[in-house]
Amino acid sequence: MESTEPEPSGSRPEEEEEEEEEEEEEEEDDGALPPPEQPLAAMEDCLAKKMEITVSEAEKRTGRNAMNIQETYTAYLIETRAVESQSEGQCAPVESLWRRYSEFELLRNYLSVTYPHIVVPPLPEKRLSADNMDPDFVERRRIGLENFLLRVASHPVLCQDKIFYAFLMQEGGWKEMVNETGFQLKADSRLKALNATFRVKNPDKRFTELKHYSDELQSVISHLLRVRARVADRLYGVYKVHGNYGRVFSEWSAIEKEMGDGLQSAGHHMDVYAASIDDILEEEEHYADQLKEYLFYAEALRAVCRKHELMQYDLEMAAQDLTSKKQQCEELATGTVRTFSLKGMTSKLFGQETPEQREAKIKVLEEQIQEGEEQLKSKNLEGRDFVKSAWADIERFKEQKNHDLKEALISYAVMQISMCKKGIQVWTNAKECFSKM
Amino acid sequence: QDLSLPNGTPVDTSSPASSSSLLNRLQLDDDLDVETRDLFVTVDDPKKHVCTMETYITYRVTTKTTRAEFDLPEYSVRRRYQDFDWLRNKLEESQPTHLIPPLPEKFVVKGVVDRFSEEFVETRRKALDKFLKRVTDHPVLSFNEHFNVFLTAKDLNAYKKQGMALLSKMGESVKYVTGGYKLRSRPLEFAAIGDYLDTFSLKLGTIDRIAQRIIKEQLEYLVELREYGPVYSTWGGLEVELSEPLEGVSACIGNCCTALEELSEDMTEDFLPVLREYILYAESMKNVLKKRDQVQAEYEAKLEAVALKREDRPKV
Repeated sequence: MESTEPEPSGSRPEEEEEEEEEEEEEEEDDGALPPPEQPLAAMEDCLAKKMEITVSEAEKRTGRNAMNIQETYTAYLIETRAVESQSEGQCAPVESLWRRYSEFELLRNYLSVTYPHIVVPPLPEKRLSADNMDPDFVERRRIGLENFLLRVASHPVLCQDKIFYAFLMQEGGWKEMVNETGFQLKADSRLKALNATFRVKNPDKRFTELKHYSDELQSVISHLLRVRARVADRLYGVYKVHGNYGRVFSEWSAIEKEMGDGLQSAGHHMDVYAASIDDILEEEEHYADQLKEYLFYAEALRAVCRKHELMQYDLEMAAQDLTSKKQQCEELATGTVRTFSLKGMTSKLFGQETPEQREAKIKVLEEQIQEGEEQLKSKNLEGRDFVKSAWADIERFKEQKNHDLKEALISYAVMQISMCKKGIQVWTNAKECFSKM
Repeated sequence: QDLSLPNGTPVDTSSPASSSSLLNRLQLDDDLDVETRDLFVTVDDPKKHVCTMETYITYRVTTKTTRAEFDLPEYSVRRRYQDFDWLRNKLEESQPTHLIPPLPEKFVVKGVVDRFSEEFVETRRKALDKFLKRVTDHPVLSFNEHFNVFLTAKDLNAYKKQGMALLSKMGESVKYVTGGYKLRSRPLEFAAIGDYLDTFSLKLGTIDRIAQRIIKEQLEYLVELREYGPVYSTWGGLEVELSEPLEGVSACIGNCCTALEELSEDMTEDFLPVLREYILYAESMKNVLKKRDQVQAEYEAKLEAVALKREDRPKV
């Protein structure tokens, strides 16, 4: 493959510089695929540092959907407030708007398509089998949605996206804005078929390994979550049965003289013990949610690998196509058939074409070859850029993951220690009651 | 409820002092000076015997003593559960006013428990040892002639056959009376004890069941924990930086499993048997009360008979 001077691929949007006053932040540059030489937004410039973002409330709503059927759904209140610099000392007003889950989904789809090389933060679970209106589920989803927004706002590339900003600030007309970007056209339906296999001849080893890792990670975290849930159920059973001690000690204490008080107090401690499991398991759910986030993150990681695979496949197909066209051209020009081709055979059988016909064909092919070479060049460049940016984000993601999971494990351990200490306290108290009897 | 005894003293339906003092007499007195003891008995060395008719376990009963009632200073004999049961019945017959310590359960109701498993045999051995030690420490029971024979005779069966022919007078009359006469009423203090014992054994039974349930739940929890730990290990294998922390979590969970196993074992071996023992104690006491009732019944029957005879007399 010949290559001429590299031409910039046509998919990069214009650079803009925006200056906004008052509470709005300054944006440095705007780009879906920033050129490698320009720095990404540094951590200090991330939206998350300049703005407080919370999903503070959830509300049940009824409305009519696209098919004019009445439905109930939950709307979430997004509140934002600019973080003032310390010299000002005054609190900026809070801005807010309501969004429903489907809008979050739209945002995420847009981000995934527009930034295929980025490991896009995941949304909380789509649907619980039982009830979307269940208050615990809604609460956990609210927290998950807030977390999603904070993740996007702290991402050096994603935080600068206009659509994201509008999602936070502009209630009306946002959906239209997103659709106007035409991102759905870019979305590759081939990727939707999750298990579609396109065989890549020269896969990038790093991406293959990464995809394998993300598959394994998903599998192990799912397994972990399942077993953890079972462990929690069993632990619940153990604690709750102790509550029965409370009742029987109380009944027993009624017929005892010297032992009565001791039994009664001990029974009370047993009740405390049995009741304590509810809070403990509630806290553990938070740990489970942290793991779940990375379960879904693994999916996002896998998606980046798949996109690269698809790119590589397209590249190989384009190269193959170019080679065959060149070959055809050569055959027509020299009149020889190098490899067996049906066309060649038929022309031999049914007679050669006229020189004029052949000339015309050659000309068309040459044009196509020219186009093809240009396309191949740009695809190559695109591919290289993709790999570079993707790998940068993957490194960022790895660090984030290691940090977050370490924190999660530490707080899990702290939780367990606290639970055990409480248990020891209860039994120490009970033992005292018994020894005083 | 304000009850009072015939002599005017009020009766307490809760924990009557009489029952706890009865229990106290039978508790091992740890403060007892070793030097004042002159009789030491131990139960150990369980052995399985396979015969044509049956398979059973015998235990070695070792005695060391300076008492004059014993011909030798040391004895070592083999006894099986039947023999202990026989001894207990003999003690009850010959000292009906005393509370005889309980034996471990005769029949294993669970059905699933293996009579010859190490655990079962050991639990039983401990209980039999406790039983004999209690009799040994009892100021009256330890001098019982049947107890002496139990500790010393080479062939206990021969002695047993001898004793069968003679029923103690008390036992006979008790059996005779159970035939017809209905008890008028229990005196208040005994009624109070009876009520207490009923509730007491009921509550202990409930506690036993709760404890068993807890053990069961703990073991089920353990099963899940055993699967949980290794998953962290697997994950650690996938990671680089997180490998150590994840392995650490896996190891911790492993330690928890071991600790939990120990806890469940300890509960089964140390806690449950004590509950069961006191349930048996309560049963023993209830039996004593029943016997007392029977004696009272016999007495009242005799009183009635006398009254009737007196009535008849003038007519003659």
